[in-house]
Amino acid sequence: MAKSASVQLLGSWASPFSNRVQLALKLKSVEYELVEEAFYVSKSDRLVKANPVYQKIPVLIHDEKPVCESLVIVEYIDEAWTGKGPSILPSDPYERAIARFWAGYIDEKLETASGDEEKFAVVGKVLEGFALLEEAFAKCSKGKAFFGGDEVGYLDIALGCFLGWVKVAEIIGGGKLLDESKFPGLAGWAERFLSHDVAKDILPDALKILEFFGKVQAARAAATTAAE
Amino acid sequence: MATSAGVQLLGSWCSAFSNRVQLALKLKSVEYEFVEEVFYVNKSERLLNANPVYQKIPVLIHDEKPVCESLVIVEYIDEVWTGNGPSILPSDPYERAIARFWAGYMDNKLFPTMKELQTASGDEAKAIVVGKLNEYFTLLDEAFVKYSKGKAFFGGDDVGYLDFALGCYLGWVKATEIIGGVKLLEESRTPRLAGWAERFLSHDVAKDIIPEAPKLLELIGTINQLAGLLRFSCVV
Repeated sequence: MAKSASVQLLGSWASPFSNRVQLALKLKSVEYELVEEAFYVSKSDRLVKANPVYQKIPVLIHDEKPVCESLVIVEYIDEAWTGKGPSILPSDPYERAIARFWAGYIDEKLETASGDEEKFAVVGKVLEGFALLEEAFAKCSKGKAFFGGDEVGYLDIALGCFLGWVKVAEIIGGGKLLDESKFPGLAGWAERFLSHDVAKDILPDALKILEFFGKVQAARAAATTAAE
Repeated sequence: MATSAGVQLLGSWCSAFSNRVQLALKLKSVEYEFVEEVFYVNKSERLLNANPVYQKIPVLIHDEKPVCESLVIVEYIDEVWTGNGPSILPSDPYERAIARFWAGYMDNKLFPTMKELQTASGDEAKAIVVGKLNEYFTLLDEAFVKYSKGKAFFGGDDVGYLDFALGCYLGWVKATEIIGGVKLLEESRTPRLAGWAERFLSHDVAKDIIPEAPKLLELIGTINQLAGLLRFSCVV
């Protein structure tokens, strides 16, 4: 069984990708040190050293060996602490393939949505995504509470980390995105996930995120002024 | 052990992503029906049914259940035919994480940038793209040293996940070099990677799967002609 003695996570409470890793570590009851990286201001030497290729959080450092990319890290956690707690990925190869497919879809959708400048295009993409994920939820959950079945798993983590941000988008945009009437399965899942023990102390609520946004903008403005 | 009875691959000889899956199936000695999708002309009903989300090849259909996304499919093959032949992914969790990380790098950075080179117009634009590609290949050259640990392949003594993830592009790397008039993978700049590429291309698993550059160039010519004809027919 892997030691938890030296597990460090370079991440941030405010990053959903970092949250993914925190959720996985919590599910496996792995003790670790969270090193808060003020990634929105600058990249620390420590981060650049641990992730020279992308220079991004999260990075899991286990026995001094860095693992990068949130979904890669989650699978690593599942495999390194294989005896501890529930499995994160399903055991059946086909179900694993489906879980990996949808997790990849989520990240790809996000990438294209974040590239879009136009607000309506972004919202359109998000709603398109929710429609497909609503179907995926029905298929994966098979009538149970989570994508992972009775318990949270890989796909719950991969998608659930964004729920606070969805709420923020709804507040800023003034409209419902995860609409119960349009996406009943997903909406129900979201509530259950947010009140799950694993998620409760990790996922930031919308107000905290909004506050964070304000700080980031202020910090960036200050940096620009200082440079001028 | 999984039956190979109902295994179909919707793919194409010229698609690097399809080739990845073919390499994995070959390594595991899985018998399958290869269904050539002429994806650059149109998307068949069969493909749309099998992959409604992305409408792309490759799709592996096993006992009527479709699996999409080449790297997801390769892992699926490794897990289903777990007793057949060598493992595709390494067994150590850390090495698996490294393999997955770099495979993602290929798809996120390398492949899109190679495509950019094919369409870049003007010397300046080309130079920028070539600069990026040189950077990426140099990085991969270093990664090869680290992860092969002096052996022949990324996977060690034999080919594995990362060899497939990168090796599938080698035909297109050569074709891109010819189109762009540049050298991307060369001995003087990326010696270890160049050596690996030669070994990979002459490996039994890769030999009848990775297309040769002349064939790919011919295909590009055909596609351009078709595109020209379509434009013409729209105008007229």
